[in-house]
Amino acid sequence: MKHVYGWLLLAPAAILLVGFTHYPAAATLFQSVFSTGTAVRPSRFVGLGNYAALVEDPTFWQVLGNNFWFALGTIPTSIALALLMAIWVNGKLPARALVRMSYFTPTILPMIAVANLWLYFYTPQIGLLDKVSGLFGAPSHNWLGDPHTVMGCLIAMTIWKEAGFFMIFYLAALQSLPPELEEAARIEGASRWYFFWRVTFPLLMPTTLFVLVNATINSFKLVDHLFILTKGGPDNASNLLLYYIYQVAFSFFDTAYAATLTVILLFLLGVFAILQFQLIEKRVHYR
Amino acid sequence: MKKLLAAIFIGFLTAVTPAQAVTELTFYYPIAVGGPLTKVIDNLVAGFQKEHPDVKINAVYAGNYDDARIKALAALKAGQPAQMSVLFSIDIYELLEQDLIVAFDDVATTPEDKAWLKSFYPALMANGTYKGKVYGIPFQRSTIVMYWNKDAFKEAGLDPEKPPATWNEMTQMAGKLVKKDGSGNVSRWGVMVPSTGYAYWMFQAFARENGQDLMNKDGNQTNFAHPDVIGALQYWRDLGAKHKVMPEGTIEWGTLRQSFTEGKTAIMWHTTGNLTAVKDTAKFPFGVAMLPASKQRGSPTGGGNWYLFKKSTPAERKAALEFIKWVTAPERTAEWSIATGYVGTRADAYETPKLKDYVSGFPQAAVARDQLKFATAELSTFQTGRVRKALDDAIQAALTGGKSPADALKSAQQEADRLLKAYR
Repeated sequence: MKHVYGWLLLAPAAILLVGFTHYPAAATLFQSVFSTGTAVRPSRFVGLGNYAALVEDPTFWQVLGNNFWFALGTIPTSIALALLMAIWVNGKLPARALVRMSYFTPTILPMIAVANLWLYFYTPQIGLLDKVSGLFGAPSHNWLGDPHTVMGCLIAMTIWKEAGFFMIFYLAALQSLPPELEEAARIEGASRWYFFWRVTFPLLMPTTLFVLVNATINSFKLVDHLFILTKGGPDNASNLLLYYIYQVAFSFFDTAYAATLTVILLFLLGVFAILQFQLIEKRVHYR
Repeated sequence: MKKLLAAIFIGFLTAVTPAQAVTELTFYYPIAVGGPLTKVIDNLVAGFQKEHPDVKINAVYAGNYDDARIKALAALKAGQPAQMSVLFSIDIYELLEQDLIVAFDDVATTPEDKAWLKSFYPALMANGTYKGKVYGIPFQRSTIVMYWNKDAFKEAGLDPEKPPATWNEMTQMAGKLVKKDGSGNVSRWGVMVPSTGYAYWMFQAFARENGQDLMNKDGNQTNFAHPDVIGALQYWRDLGAKHKVMPEGTIEWGTLRQSFTEGKTAIMWHTTGNLTAVKDTAKFPFGVAMLPASKQRGSPTGGGNWYLFKKSTPAERKAALEFIKWVTAPERTAEWSIATGYVGTRADAYETPKLKDYVSGFPQAAVARDQLKFATAELSTFQTGRVRKALDDAIQAALTGGKSPADALKSAQQEADRLLKAYR
């Protein structure tokens, strides 16, 4: 009888989790070993055939590489920037609430709106970026139309969008640090840098871990802007794994191959999560 | 489970249906251009219901073309009623492969109906016909036209009333139209052709003008590696790389209209669907012309067609056909064309007083129609998403200088051959 109550209490969360997370994940895995069926040719079991096709798909390797650079470009910079901004707005400065809010504003804007804004920043000649660089006599540049600059443009926009969000977590963590530590350090004559590096930063490790996990997931999960900015082009130069999955599923109607790609995405994120919790947890001091 | 839900749903419907037999129809439609078009559709539906009280129609707005297709297919799979829809004209092979649509020839059987099937411009029927049967009735259809800035032409010493008629003329005129500031930076380009989003569509115009179509009628062969097709891509690439009259790299579809209305390019190629928007925002006199010719004039058609879904009763199919006939009648076609900028789909629509008046006051509106006689079907094959993407990637690779036009198109052709082998 005791168990019934327990299960009842668990039920709402468990049903939602199973229905919207675990069942779809299992169904995806299941679907990835079948071919895509049509009315003419029904779906059949193909074993690892879809995975073999994936290994030979040059676009897959290209979007995976793109995703790697995208992650490398966005994660460290946005975390460093978030920490810097948090420390700054944690101090005493005039109009502090206003500064905090303005840092946080990009976060509350929907990604599609942000992409529409930045589309006009990047537009050659009439865009903000070209107008500003034009003041210094620089020639107009086709930012999103050049495969060498398009990824940098996406990375810059994503950092702008994300840093403010991560700042909020650092700010909350900074305010929960006991002020005695800083007083003690000052009495001992520690420099500000020494204090930050030896006291503040280690104490912020739980937050850093949390933010790092989030940033990693986001670098795979955030693709809304591609619909507006580049549609993955030119020639897949800005295509990311999740956007490619969307294209395969809803533009090519190849649901089986899309399921295969999704399995890879889930696998990658799972590995990252385990690595991050295993490796970094050792260096995290929970109080 | 799905069947149970559907049964409950149907039971519910029949319970509330009044004794008089009302046929209820549902259709999905996309909107891909600016303006309050849902209202126009609602008015059309209301007008039809007034004349046909025994039919009730639910019009469901479903986003852009991709969204509409996804929603309509999902609804059909889930057993929700949908007897017809406006979907992308090039979705035909996908719909055939999923066995979802019926030919209009099988439903439209009276002599009067047969005549109706023949009343549209043949160029607009090409995308809706498969093995001699009509599966798509043209509705919101467009072509590519050339917009030019008359003030810029005057400034460059060109005749503002004479747009380029051939590729050579366009290259030369565009060269004169490029304007540079003191430090040598370009402040106005000669010509811009968009190459994101719908690169394959723009490229079809170049290829057609150079004498080639990109696919066969049965949708199982492509023609990407023909020397004249390669020549067409070479010309597009040369506009930027050799003649320096167009920016290098890809040009964004969405912001090009703004670049034109702000005077950053003197000529642009774009869909007629943008005509009303350009008319409203351009502060200078502009002209609209057919695309220039290399060996011939040419442009692909584009846009949405009416489809009839298989999952419907004979009575529903009859009512759906009645509605589609009504909504594509000359009067309604004229209204629709004026409200949107889309091409009137049939010659007699241009004979109605309404459209005649409109065209005489705004002759730019007739260019797309006049161009129809040179038009070709939009690229559409089996496996259409993948084939299109292979071509898009090839075009972008060539325009950004990543591959030569010949290499890019040859590998796109190989990819298309691999995909289409099973359908031959």
